[in-house]
Amino acid sequence: MIHPRLLIAALLLAAPALALAQDRTVTDATGRAVSVPAAPARVFAAGPPAATLLYTLKPDAMVGWVRAPTPEDLRFLRPEAAALPQLGMLTGRGDTLNLEVLLSARPDLIVDYGTVDATYVDLASRIQDQTGLPYVLVDGSLADLPGGIRRMADLLAVPDRGETLAAYAERTLADLDALLAGIPQDARPTVYLARGPEGLETAAKGSINAEIIERAGAINVAEAGTRGLATVSPEQVQAWAPEVIITIDRDFAAKVGRMPEWQGIPAVANGRVYLAPAAPFGFIDRPPSVNRLIGLRWLAHKLYPDAATGDLRAEVAAFYDLFYGLRPDDAALTALLGE
Amino acid sequence: MSDRGLVVLLAAGLAATLILGAAIGPFGLSPATILAVLAGDRSDPQAVTVLLNIRLPRVLAAAVEGAALAAAGAAYQTVFRNPLVSPDILGVSAGAGFGAVLGILLGLPVMAIQILGFGMGLATVGLVIGLTLALRGTGQVLMIVLCGIAIGALAGAGISLVKLLADPEQQLPAITFWLMGSLAGAKRADVAAALPALLVGIAPLLALRWRIGLLAMGDDEARAMGIDATRLRGLVIACATLMTAAAVAMAGVIGWVGLMVPHMARLLTGPRFDRLLPAAILIGAGFMVLVDTAARTIATLEVPLGILTAVLGAPVFVWLLARNARAWTG
Repeated sequence: MIHPRLLIAALLLAAPALALAQDRTVTDATGRAVSVPAAPARVFAAGPPAATLLYTLKPDAMVGWVRAPTPEDLRFLRPEAAALPQLGMLTGRGDTLNLEVLLSARPDLIVDYGTVDATYVDLASRIQDQTGLPYVLVDGSLADLPGGIRRMADLLAVPDRGETLAAYAERTLADLDALLAGIPQDARPTVYLARGPEGLETAAKGSINAEIIERAGAINVAEAGTRGLATVSPEQVQAWAPEVIITIDRDFAAKVGRMPEWQGIPAVANGRVYLAPAAPFGFIDRPPSVNRLIGLRWLAHKLYPDAATGDLRAEVAAFYDLFYGLRPDDAALTALLGE
Repeated sequence: MSDRGLVVLLAAGLAATLILGAAIGPFGLSPATILAVLAGDRSDPQAVTVLLNIRLPRVLAAAVEGAALAAAGAAYQTVFRNPLVSPDILGVSAGAGFGAVLGILLGLPVMAIQILGFGMGLATVGLVIGLTLALRGTGQVLMIVLCGIAIGALAGAGISLVKLLADPEQQLPAITFWLMGSLAGAKRADVAAALPALLVGIAPLLALRWRIGLLAMGDDEARAMGIDATRLRGLVIACATLMTAAAVAMAGVIGWVGLMVPHMARLLTGPRFDRLLPAAILIGAGFMVLVDTAARTIATLEVPLGILTAVLGAPVFVWLLARNARAWTG
């Protein structure tokens, strides 16, 4: 057992030598020029969105998870995923990762995927200075999902794999736009996103947790001055009278039909409360990464049951096979989709 | 003004806040509709649902919440002979909070989360009392309070640990909102569960209010008047704990009300507990209904009650500190 401090000292001494092995400079989403290895072999993803993208692009380069997958998640992931340790996250807020632990995992590159703001730029510079490891941010915006996939794939030196997944993303968005072109504005449903055990937490319009609802052409009823999560009262939901409720809480989905304060809301009255699948990654957010592509297809089927063509089960199976490396069997699909 | 006159006046004020709370809300209900539904008109099921399942239970829950916290605060300030004591002094809020966030972490149904919070609140204070008994310090107020602070700190550390273990995208927001306090989820069942706890807790305090008031003079004087100070204090702690645990289980952690409302009441009634308690109960209920009505009508999104009560409570607290500064510095 090498003492971690000795290891750090050795790594810091070796940093100039490592720098010689880095033969490529990339400019990341923050405009920082970062010198990165030509073929990164051990990569750490700083947050959940990056971990999901890294798993889909280059699973064998992962040094660990930000958060370990649950047993339910592992059913849909490659067996190797279960063996990776949980290292914690580096997100500027609520860090749970000790830098010594990070260095012990011997990564040659740190990547993050998601919001690019001053907090994250600062964090990246700070961690890079402290550890001597290249730290690259890729913009995770939904609008440029294909571009984000390509940039991350280029960084990880897996351009062919990146092209395959980016093409899928482009096709998904194009299919969605073609579907929406045939649906007039007044035929687009109003949606309430129910989170939390009571269904009273929601994500306001414009928040990253609900953006795919708007991308799928629906109207998020929660319009407010916040871009994050908030609490609402059941009376407010009654006043909004959403036509569809999307929820990520299984408990809430199971009992909403029996809760007196939710009666009379069109979505409840017409049986249009849909539980978004959550394993191995969520369909709506959790994390807000490439997993949302299948979320968009799922939403299209739920929001426009008459207009959406294609077989949802087959689409989900194909997506899981392509992105997560395992084709779920019928029993797993039924458990996942709750149908 | 006579005692009776004051109570009638405060009760009328509480009734006014209840009517105001029932009349205001994001779902448009005209006064005529409200009166029709209350009179038994069932022709508009939506109006019936909003009024009878959502708005009225919530207004009543707010009244119960405020009454419980104010009564517990007034009782504690009297028996601990300290105007800066709040219902959380023995760790009940931290304990109940720990139980509830543990329930959220384990993904339990809402009812189980509330039961766990209530049970943990009671258990925390039980532990504090057990500890003081073991240390043979039950006769000393300071000993009870110090044990309460210690156990409360442990419960607070437990809450932090649960936050660390929680899923940051799903459970952590739920925990955060819960700890900020809200009546957004208040239902009939919540009122039905909290009201008995309030009545069981408040009845002995009201019945014994004159004797409890004697504790404010100090244990020796109370004993000279034939009162078993230790036992009576134990009863007050049991009642206040029951009410506060029920309040926290129903609405999360709402600070300041139990500290501040007794002082508001004291301005009207003076320090005598037998006069203070009824006024504190009525003011607490009315104040909480008003604050909660504001919380659900200021914006489309709920404003957490803990924020509103603190914004109102902190200045009062500073004012108290200023008034009491000389007494402490001698």
